[in-house]
Amino acid sequence: MKSIVEIEEEIVEDFSLFDSWDEKYEYIIDMGKKLKPLEDEHKKEENKIKGCQSTVWMVSELKDGKIYYRAESDAVIVKGLVSLLIRVLSGHAPTEIINAKLDFIDKIGMKQHLAQTRSNGLLSMVKQMKLDATVYLAQQASKN
Amino acid sequence: MQATSLHTAFDVDQVRRHFPILKREVKGKPLVYFDNAATTQKPVEVIDALTGYYQYFNANIHRGIHSLAEEATAAYEATRDTVQQFINANQREEIIFTRGVTESINLVAYTWARTNLKAGDEILISGMEHHSNIVPWQLITEMTGAKLKVIPVDDNGELMMDEFHKLLNEKVKLVSVVHASNSLGTINPVKEIIDSAHKIGAIVMLDGAQSTVHLDIDVQELDCDFFAISSHKVYGPTGIGVLYGKRALLEAMPPFMGGGEMIKDVSFEKTTWNELPYKFEAGTPNIADTVALKAAIDFVQRIGKKQIRMHEDELLRYATEELQNIDGIRLIGTAKQKVSVASFVVEGVHPQDLGILLDNQGVAVRTGHHCTQPLMNRFGIPGTTRASFAMYNTKDEIDVMINALNKAINLLR
Repeated sequence: MKSIVEIEEEIVEDFSLFDSWDEKYEYIIDMGKKLKPLEDEHKKEENKIKGCQSTVWMVSELKDGKIYYRAESDAVIVKGLVSLLIRVLSGHAPTEIINAKLDFIDKIGMKQHLAQTRSNGLLSMVKQMKLDATVYLAQQASKN
Repeated sequence: MQATSLHTAFDVDQVRRHFPILKREVKGKPLVYFDNAATTQKPVEVIDALTGYYQYFNANIHRGIHSLAEEATAAYEATRDTVQQFINANQREEIIFTRGVTESINLVAYTWARTNLKAGDEILISGMEHHSNIVPWQLITEMTGAKLKVIPVDDNGELMMDEFHKLLNEKVKLVSVVHASNSLGTINPVKEIIDSAHKIGAIVMLDGAQSTVHLDIDVQELDCDFFAISSHKVYGPTGIGVLYGKRALLEAMPPFMGGGEMIKDVSFEKTTWNELPYKFEAGTPNIADTVALKAAIDFVQRIGKKQIRMHEDELLRYATEELQNIDGIRLIGTAKQKVSVASFVVEGVHPQDLGILLDNQGVAVRTGHHCTQPLMNRFGIPGTTRASFAMYNTKDEIDVMINALNKAINLLR
């Protein structure tokens, strides 16, 4: 199993092959289209991470000490970015997720999508992923 | 830049030279700024007025006896005269400076409406209002027990005037409608609304956020009771706006905020209010931006509203025509009378995705619900992509947008 940092590096390398902005976005859009849709039963209010313009739904579960995320959005670029976040964070331990710096977003030139003004739910998505990890960590601690 | 006099004929290249920001690039491409309904860019005259104020005569107004205070007061009050003339108000005391349309509407809500409305009364707004012309009234209905009623919008984005006349009854005490829609561009038949409302004794407030920059505003001819203006949508600075109100109404209204400037005499037992317009301008006002607002209005008048409108109408006509050639596009807002706003959705494409891909090509448009969620619900859409045009935009820029749109749609489909 690769570490979060290793997966981030992999993505940065993938993106370094693109010369222009449209190639990058074509790739992200493609990732978005390929993201496995979330079942309708999960697309409910409590799983909603609402941005001003687009909506993300996310669910997570803890299995054998690792967190697995699944998510979807009504906007395809956000969906592609969400797909990247899942690729990086899903399947890792809560502590590793909480400490993840997620520098790859800046390195692949997508930092603007985390900016406050974008209000697209992606920043809230990252926060929610880490919050879930914190909750699972607290649950684990209380069991021990 | 020198204050060159503009030719009598409208010359967009010459106009553009007055706006320094238009020279910049975004993502390595020349900026195409089509988000003018959100805010307009500022001519160098406005920027100079703003910095000039701080460099040469910054002082607190109305109280100081020294020269700077006199100059600052004169400049501040000169803007009031300019605004009065710009919208043809009867008296300068009817021009109240606020932070913008939102504050102007809230001022009327918290003073006139809060003291004049009671349970059973009705406030009439329309289905195409900006949240700023919905929420203040909702807050007031909670306080007074008055009801909020809504004039519906048809498929073209026009007010259903038959329904308006049906809704208008003796219970209606206030009608507050947008003069021109920010989301659709629709110019509403406000004269008909005002005349009908007055017949049953209701007063009328107009949200002029979008209309002031495009249309000739004559508040006396309109006979509206209140009119709200945002400076930053008329090429002026942000943070300053205007409430026009008929003098008799303003005189009868209680103050909005208490503080300095708005008082005549203060004692712990009783305080008396200053006269108009100062009764509604508590505290040190936004002097710098008010001073610069004059420069914006002067600039617009120097170029000529009629010339600007002809140019913008042509841009809207061209953009509408070109947009309709794009496969799967649906224009939202096809009213007969429109200001230069082209709002649309593309089948199977989220507006936010379009916005991101246009931005990467240097084109700034607005995507989303435009703070008119009830209106978006009316059309069954989460939002639109909106291109809104100003005096400095060109047909070449529309071509850039159309190409950028085609490229974006190809990437997304």
